[in-house]
Amino acid sequence: MEGHSTYQPQGKIARWFESRLPLVGLLHSSAVSYPTPRNLNYLWTFGGILTFMLICQIVSGIVLAMHYTAYAPVSFARVEHIMRDVNYGWLIRYIHANGASMFFIAVYIHIFRGMYYGSYKAPREVLWILGVIIYLLMMATAFMGYVLPWGQMSYWGATVITNLFSAIPYVGETIVLWLWGGYSVGDPTLNRFFSLHYLLPFMIAGIVGLHIWALHHVGQNNPDGIDVKSVAKDTVPFTPYATIKDVFAMVVFIMFFAWFVFYIPNYLGHSDNYIPANPLATPAHIVPEWYFLPFYAILRSVPDKLGGVLAMFGAIAVLAFLPWLDTSKVRSARYRPLFKQFFWIFAVVAVGLGYLGAMPAEGGYVIASRILTVYYFVHFLVILPVLGLIERPSVMPASIADAVLARGAKGAAAPGAKA
Amino acid sequence: MIKRSILLGALAAVAIFAAPANAAEGTDRPHRESWSFAGPFGSFDQGQLQRGFKVFREVCASCHSANYFYFRNLAQPGGPGFSEAQAKVVASSYQVTDGPNDQGEMFQRPGRLSDHWPAPFPNEQAARVANGGAYPPDFSVLAKARSYHVGFPGFITDAFIQYQEHGVDYIHALLMGYVEPPAGTTVQPGLHYNTYFPGHQIAMPKPLSDGQVEYTDGAPQTVDQYSRDVSAFMMWLAEPHLDARKRIGFQVFIFLIVLSGLLYFTKKKIWKNIAH
Ligand code: HEC
Ligand code: HEM
Repeated sequence: MEGHSTYQPQGKIARWFESRLPLVGLLHSSAVSYPTPRNLNYLWTFGGILTFMLICQIVSGIVLAMHYTAYAPVSFARVEHIMRDVNYGWLIRYIHANGASMFFIAVYIHIFRGMYYGSYKAPREVLWILGVIIYLLMMATAFMGYVLPWGQMSYWGATVITNLFSAIPYVGETIVLWLWGGYSVGDPTLNRFFSLHYLLPFMIAGIVGLHIWALHHVGQNNPDGIDVKSVAKDTVPFTPYATIKDVFAMVVFIMFFAWFVFYIPNYLGHSDNYIPANPLATPAHIVPEWYFLPFYAILRSVPDKLGGVLAMFGAIAVLAFLPWLDTSKVRSARYRPLFKQFFWIFAVVAVGLGYLGAMPAEGGYVIASRILTVYYFVHFLVILPVLGLIERPSVMPASIADAVLARGAKGAAAPGAKA
Repeated sequence: MIKRSILLGALAAVAIFAAPANAAEGTDRPHRESWSFAGPFGSFDQGQLQRGFKVFREVCASCHSANYFYFRNLAQPGGPGFSEAQAKVVASSYQVTDGPNDQGEMFQRPGRLSDHWPAPFPNEQAARVANGGAYPPDFSVLAKARSYHVGFPGFITDAFIQYQEHGVDYIHALLMGYVEPPAGTTVQPGLHYNTYFPGHQIAMPKPLSDGQVEYTDGAPQTVDQYSRDVSAFMMWLAEPHLDARKRIGFQVFIFLIVLSGLLYFTKKKIWKNIAH
């Protein structure tokens, strides 16, 4: 879909530069003249929101790093120094800590959007897999970031999660010692986590670049899941149409973000993380950050340690195979009456797993986690492949323009007419 | 319809699971007090912080440290509102160890604004020995380091009503929670029965009693009032920039609301003739 650049350099210097490096033309073709389906809804604004959140985390993180020290005896105090003594340090730290949660809220909406509208299907498999890699890197980054304030949850969360690797047969114990850089989570662990926490966001930024490149190569999917047939009838130029919508959605999202930062900054955190790390006192309940809870529930639902670890990583890995597990040729749930229902059941199951991940692993909770874990895998490994074979999709419009007009939208002018 | 019934079903299921969780905690849930610093326009009550500081200084500070609390904080905006001169007087009434001097010796000098609050014990071990083996936790961020369990759906509504006072409500309740143990309970030697402390047996003896601290502003000299004041003071210690945070938050919201309104109408105008 590239090559739509209508950019004509104005003036001598611009022409001179453009003939040597067509940078402005590239930006122009991907953010101005780039054709976007005219039927996109607000769920398509989350890509822009995610880019904003990544930049937000990198900028706030770099400022935090100017005042932070990764050294176990002082890290807790250094974060408090940021909160108390650094000018607006409290703001930057609350932006960064809540920003991680906002990043995950946005990515979950983005992923579920893709699942609902079948955005992972051909020709977008690579785009989807790049997304799964970004998600994995985000989890690694956030996990290591949470260790940095060196509170009780930092310490014990790191202990529980790194210990998972000991389940690997034969080499597990060795790997864990290697990860820790010692015989328990300690200062060497904190230092390497800080180093990686600084590095990974830039790797994410690199993969985001590939993700967007792939996106602009194959074009965006859309709520009707129909390919663009005619650029003139089915699409509108990115600027001003998508730009203004993205910016509006972003500002609304920032409002949601600001609610947390300014009014309930510790709502998403755990109070125990305001207690300095203490290797001798285990907290009553060790709970990871909310965005890991569904996977934590899956981990604990399997009675065997190695089995639990495999199930947890499998739950993420299965996402990468989604393009091939879903056998239906129809992308959008709009035209898949059965899939639509199973989609919502799956969404509720995922939220339910998140809830169970926060509860103690006992009694009814364990039974419920087991049922939901089984369902989670059944959804991907049984329901999706079978549905595609037995489902009768509803009648699809011939083109995006037809779909739009059929919905009786007001104003039937062709998109090109005004632009 | 299907969507809605699935959601309702899920909510019901979650509610059923949530119920025993609350019951299982076994500790009383602290009462939610009304605090001046709660809500979007909340700010600390200077008089209350000054009284709370007095309670802290005269009672709690004999066992609890507050290592991130500096004398200069007393005169900082959004705090108890002491003048710099007053803060200096408070600081100089304490002796702190400094040095080494040119002779290579440590020496004692009156406190300065840049000193932190002197800890009552030289180290954790000394604090434990003096307190029957228990360690009185540092006060600096304690009000944010304590919470209590709020089940479903309370924890969701809390996000909307901006409830963030778990810690202060707990501390207030804890200080008020020293009661006679119910018949049949044996309290371990050196421990004290408290309704709100997890496990009910706390090493801290009841620290406050009516009339113990003298108030000069006419506020009631009761355990309830002392507990409120010292809890509010601890909230300020834990979150000294709370006033600024909420004030700036309001400005940010006004800006964002206006901006999003403008963007919304711009978007409407741009998309006016495009069916989508
Ligand atoms: C005689 C020494 C002493 C005094 C005076 C004292 N405390 Fe304590 N406090 C302790 C000890 C010891 C603990 C640890 C209790 C335990 O872990 O069982 C403690 C614990 C606490 C806790 C934490 C409870 C928890 O949930 O872990 C709070 C809050 C607290 N004190 C508040 C106060 C306040 C407020 C005052 C002043 C009004 C005060 N204390 C005065 C000794 C004291
Ligand atoms: C993908 C983007 C990022 C995510 C998701 C992320 C996430 C997190 C999280 C969850 C915390 C713990 C916050 C807390 O509870 O206190 C944290 C802390 C921290 N992060 Fe990041 N981070 C990101 C990028 C960065 C970058 C690029 C830097 C630059 C060096 C950085 C520097 C820090 C520092 C210094 C801390 C410790 C201070 C603190 O705990 O507040 N982060 N991060």
